[in-house]
Amino acid sequence: MTEEPVDVLIIGAGASGAAVAWSLLDTRMKIVCLEQGGATNPADYPSTGNEWEARRSSDFSISPNQRKLKTDYPINEDDSPIKVANFNGVGGSTVLYAGQFPRFHPSDFRIKSLDGVADDWPVDYKTLEPFFEENDRMTGVAGLAGDPAYPPRDARPMPPVPLGKAGQALASGFNKLDWHWWPSDVAINTEVYDGRDKCINLGACISGCAQGAKGSADVTYWPHALRGGVELRTHSRVREITVDDDTGMATGVIYYDEDGVEQSLKAHIVVLASNGIGTPRILLNSKSKLFPDGLANSSGLVGKNLMFHPYAAIQGIFDKPLDGYKGPHKAVQSQEFYETDPSRDFVRGYTFETSRGMGPAGTAMTGMGYGRIPWGHGHHKAFREMFNRVTSIAAVCEDLPEEHNRVTLDDLLKDSDGIPAPRISYTLSENSRKMLDHAVARGTEMMTAAGAREVLTLAPIKYAGWHLMGTARMGTDPARSVVNEWGRSHDVKNLFIVDGSIFVTSAGVNPTSTLQALALYIADQMKQRLANLFD
Amino acid sequence: MMSKLNITSQLSDSDIRDLKILAAMIVPASKDYDLPGADDPLIFDDILAAAAPHSATIASAVQALNTIARDLQATGFADLAVEQQETSADTFRKHHAAEAELLEALTVQCYYRDERVKNNLDMDTRPPFPAGFELEQGDWSLLDKVRERPALYRADSETGKN
Ligand SMILES: Cc1cc2nc3c(=O)[nH]c(=O)nc-3n(C[C@H](O)[C@H](O)[C@H](O)COP(=O)(O)OP(=O)(O)OC[C@H]3O[C@@H](n4cnc5c(N)ncnc54)[C@H](O)[C@@H]3O)c2cc1C
Ligand code: SF4
Repeated sequence: MTEEPVDVLIIGAGASGAAVAWSLLDTRMKIVCLEQGGATNPADYPSTGNEWEARRSSDFSISPNQRKLKTDYPINEDDSPIKVANFNGVGGSTVLYAGQFPRFHPSDFRIKSLDGVADDWPVDYKTLEPFFEENDRMTGVAGLAGDPAYPPRDARPMPPVPLGKAGQALASGFNKLDWHWWPSDVAINTEVYDGRDKCINLGACISGCAQGAKGSADVTYWPHALRGGVELRTHSRVREITVDDDTGMATGVIYYDEDGVEQSLKAHIVVLASNGIGTPRILLNSKSKLFPDGLANSSGLVGKNLMFHPYAAIQGIFDKPLDGYKGPHKAVQSQEFYETDPSRDFVRGYTFETSRGMGPAGTAMTGMGYGRIPWGHGHHKAFREMFNRVTSIAAVCEDLPEEHNRVTLDDLLKDSDGIPAPRISYTLSENSRKMLDHAVARGTEMMTAAGAREVLTLAPIKYAGWHLMGTARMGTDPARSVVNEWGRSHDVKNLFIVDGSIFVTSAGVNPTSTLQALALYIADQMKQRLANLFD
Repeated sequence: MMSKLNITSQLSDSDIRDLKILAAMIVPASKDYDLPGADDPLIFDDILAAAAPHSATIASAVQALNTIARDLQATGFADLAVEQQETSADTFRKHHAAEAELLEALTVQCYYRDERVKNNLDMDTRPPFPAGFELEQGDWSLLDKVRERPALYRADSETGKN
């Protein structure tokens, strides 16, 4: 029996797909979300067992190429010094995210006008502000109003996470140098919120929060969306979006169900929310007579302008005990070097975000990686000098869009359903290199001021491709962008893109707060334009 | 839960003996700290179980180690004198970095979840969930200095609009 067409078909149940599914509930349309992964069960998360550290290298690795679950797709990343980190399942990559939840700054939407680089966005901070607020409420954000690095904002829904010993040491370091710092906005419950428990400092945020205290989309938006009637089909992997060769409109998708059986689903509106790698992959796999180079690709920009945030890690070894593996990873951030400063040899800037500490195996592996903990007899002494005595900061560096950094389809690699896999080509720009060098030098200075006896640094961090942006950028000019200023494809009038692919620039902060605010904004635009959505 | 497959059917006895020597080279027993080495029977069994999904890589790592040993002394890794074993292991780490890192990771992941080792480090032996941990608030008065700062964000246009 052929299934009736649905009104809205969302591809991907991650951060952006969940927000849009929930927001469109008001329309009373029939909404179906197809998600290639399953729903995770917090009772199975690593922190519920003694193998919690080891599972970070196996079924809860942040790298899909290491995890290799059936629900993952492989990525050829040989041609990139930064490797992709993601999660494929209900909640998407937020299942593993750290929950650092800063917003973009007003200036981030205007970098061409202000700094003469890249492009301005077709939306601005003021327009997104109500959606930032709505998203913070839905997600449950802890933090503190009054940060001088941002325009004035409402009180955060919950008080900030504790500084702990590590946060306190780092805050003192920033103060000694007279540098800005502020408690991070984090998607972590510091109180019972929206029926979810508060954080109990498991210290395992990036392996899934067994307590349900971290605001990942599976526990924030999805329960509300499902209660409202959205249908979520898991283990449903989309191969391609189909189009009508006469009208050029999207007609639905072809996907594979859990048993690998090909299925099709027709829809009046298709919303792509498969992230900065998954979305261009689907578009490039959707070739047809009208769109021989991939769907919505008349600009040739689908897959191009891939941005990560190159990360620098600065780890301090202290004489005194710190928090070790206990507590949320994130505590405070510094935006002393965020905005462009003409006296520096690079444009734009970065945020320092703190990371608390590590478990014993993490300490040993990190120490060995840096050559700080030897094999053999010196192991135990060197290990004790580091265990519970390390804390770190990471610089989240703004990555500028460059067309040669891109996602294409791999000639050979395929996922378990035989769908061509993505390949990424990425080189670190000169600007990023200089920014990383600056961050390493300033970070080392701060760690020393904070009292670190020894400082270890690494830039760029290899397995830090967790922010995936730019590969189907938004803009008003169809020749220079893939979607318009409210997320609709220039080429296909019933196709929307709502994930990080549409970012014009990357800013120097983690993207999810802005990405979800933008998704809510696009959903709102759709609601306001329902009568003439396809004009 | 991690796979508890058995790797022993895929490795020979001598491969396993070599791995055990290597595990003890990575984390040796210590009288000073009253700690077992990674070749302790319980810990080493755990390492073998954890290594199961990587059996092919482990087998080729052991082979590489023995090739290095034979180049050095025309004998297998296990039959070398301790100093020569160390020299072989150094060469192995240099030329087979990925395999060495895998062995290192498996060894320390299993070593540091052993109850005796955790007790020795004054760690809780239970999993983090459901009891969780305490975390002190820290000194929030440190923020007073930052509160006094003027705004440091840039307006998004010449007109000063946010
Ligand atoms: C380890 C880690 C730490 C992170 N920490 C932070 C942080 O602290 N702060 C922050 O802001 N961000 C963080 N991030 C990034 C954050 O998770 C992402 O920005 C966010 O989840 C992106 O949302 P999205 O909707 O674009 O994509 P995702 O959340 O990745 O969701 C995309 C979904 O689409 C599905 N999908 C893809 N292709 C198909 C297909 N063909 N068919 C069906 N379904 C498909 C995927 O399975 C996935 O579930 C982190 C990420 C990781 C991995
Ligand atoms: S530290 Fe808090 S938020 Fe992170 S995993 Fe533990 S309970 Fe969840």
